[in-house]
Amino acid sequence: MSAMKKSRILICFLLAFAWLPSAAAEPRTVSGRDGRTIEIHDTSRIVTIGGAVTEIVFALGHGGDVIAVDQTSTYPAAVKSKPNVGYMRALSAEGVISVAPTLILATEGSGPPDVIDILSGAAIPFVVVPEGYDEQAVLRKIELIAHVLDEEERGKAMTDAITEDFRALQEIRDRIEKKRKAVFVFAVGGGTPTVGGSETSVDGVFALGGIDNAMKAMSGYKPAVGEAVLAAAPDVVVTMIERNHGLDAETMFALPAFTGTPAARARRLVPISSYYLNFGPRTAHAARDLAASVYPELNLPALPARAWTSVEDAGGK
Amino acid sequence: MSSAASLPVARSRSMRRGTTSIAVSGVLLLIAIVASLAIGPVLIAPLDVVGIFGHALAGTRPLDGVAMRDAVVILDIRLPRTVLTVLVGAALAAGGAVLQGVFRNPLADPALVGVSTSAAFAAVLWIVFGYAAVAWLPSLVAGFALPLAAFLGSLISTILLYRIATHEGRTSVAMLLFTGIAIGALAAAGTGLVIFVASDQQLREFTFWTLGSAGGANWQKIAIALPFFLALFAGSLRLSRGLDALALGEAEAFHVGIDTQFLKRASIVLVAAGVGAAVSVSGVIGFIGLVIPHLLRLSAGPMHRPLILGCILLGGALLTASDIVARTIAAPAEVPVGVVTAILGAPYFLYLVHRNRTALGG
Repeated sequence: MSAMKKSRILICFLLAFAWLPSAAAEPRTVSGRDGRTIEIHDTSRIVTIGGAVTEIVFALGHGGDVIAVDQTSTYPAAVKSKPNVGYMRALSAEGVISVAPTLILATEGSGPPDVIDILSGAAIPFVVVPEGYDEQAVLRKIELIAHVLDEEERGKAMTDAITEDFRALQEIRDRIEKKRKAVFVFAVGGGTPTVGGSETSVDGVFALGGIDNAMKAMSGYKPAVGEAVLAAAPDVVVTMIERNHGLDAETMFALPAFTGTPAARARRLVPISSYYLNFGPRTAHAARDLAASVYPELNLPALPARAWTSVEDAGGK
Repeated sequence: MSSAASLPVARSRSMRRGTTSIAVSGVLLLIAIVASLAIGPVLIAPLDVVGIFGHALAGTRPLDGVAMRDAVVILDIRLPRTVLTVLVGAALAAGGAVLQGVFRNPLADPALVGVSTSAAFAAVLWIVFGYAAVAWLPSLVAGFALPLAAFLGSLISTILLYRIATHEGRTSVAMLLFTGIAIGALAAAGTGLVIFVASDQQLREFTFWTLGSAGGANWQKIAIALPFFLALFAGSLRLSRGLDALALGEAEAFHVGIDTQFLKRASIVLVAAGVGAAVSVSGVIGFIGLVIPHLLRLSAGPMHRPLILGCILLGGALLTASDIVARTIAAPAEVPVGVVTAILGAPYFLYLVHRNRTALGG
């Protein structure tokens, strides 16, 4: 073997060793659909789909790596300057690919399913983050995303803090002696309120905030018969702050569905921001804020501020 | 009535016009296909597109990062999507032409008279209540049930439409539209009801069934729908002479030896097959079946063979072109392709109505 060749091999070895530590030690893996294993090598260009997913990625310090978000991602403020891939249930396969992501993090329920199939098969790691409407779901989302981003330590700190928040929230709930019944009005089309029944995100937030869902007899978000809302006799009407027109107390309580309800008599209308329904890092805070609005007389204590709950953007939108 | 002597002359002139229209339609289709493969939210240089097809023809795929991604975009997204829009556009236009022939009425567009909506209703019904029954079958076999259900939905609605709107072999515009609107409204209500009851992840895509999309195109969908499309294309061309005769009148067609009963039944089955399959893969896309046959009748004349051939080519071209707009105008998001065809088609429809308002009784 010539000296030249030897030195070349040596250089190769040196290069290899010099290169190794800088690259991610080994690819992170998560199990995808059909039991396939998804390998994640590069998290420098992320598309996040779903408000909670986006918030978690930012909270874990990877906001700078997010290159595009979906329409439901409105927090933190930095997302507003990012390209938007549209509504999470009506994604475009080529549209998502066109922003050249190295990783797609999508909340469960993103669609349409055919497009998800194409994206999952497109050689870009596509991680589905399971959805759920309780404390465990929030923690699971953070753990999964922290694992994917190789940020287990930060993730642990985050889940610890959030577990604490949920414990504090439990204490707040314990102070509520007589639960109020609330109805969540998502939209009012032609005088018919679309409300949130059981198995919805709002049902989960109500449970966390110590509030009874007046419409739990039905499931999903659906238009409700006015009489059914009347019969449920809600103490509070909760609505979306973002869709304010037509949802102010004036018009709302003038609707036949609400006139004469305890909510209308006390004029208790609580507008909430869409992140209340996200089941992300701010959920415990959202549930406590909701409880504070529904039970103003209890003077419920605030939860400690966290890095991911800066008030500057609390209004959503 | 034209005299017997002038008929061959008229026919040869109309054939010449037909040939020109078909040639132009074919060229437009080719342009649309090339554009659809070359244009999209992901910018890929035309040479690279050619290179990817070179690779694909050799049975290989590029292996380095960007080229691999581009290959996915071209071969797994744009190519199936293009094939799907070409087929669906062709089926909707040809289906429209045949339906108009059977009803002897130029406004019989499958989407306008409730045939597409009924197909969507049947498809949604199947997905919610029927799919679980065959989920154990291999997905290709189970997949066939969806266009079959859509086919049945459009078949039943077309038969209903024909039975109600046609009187003594004639269909007045008003009767056709009234009946069509009623059937369409019923089917749309049914679709809304089923989706409301189901309320599960897959069915939140109400817009897919009402405004259409080619965004989920894949080879399996194409393979499943293809036999239905081919049946419509081949069958309608075979029936073209009969439809020509029918245009003169039911009795006249019978006297020149056409089995009008069979002709009408076969036409309705073929339209239902083509439109049903189209709806099952891409939702309800309106106006293609109205605008394309009408444009071609203006240029190619009323003979059905050149008309249907032209519809297959130009229908594919128009839907493919509309889909390019749908996927680039709001990139990286996407608008439903039915919105694009409606923006193109509805004003044309209004123009038609305006121009014919005396005939329509306005």
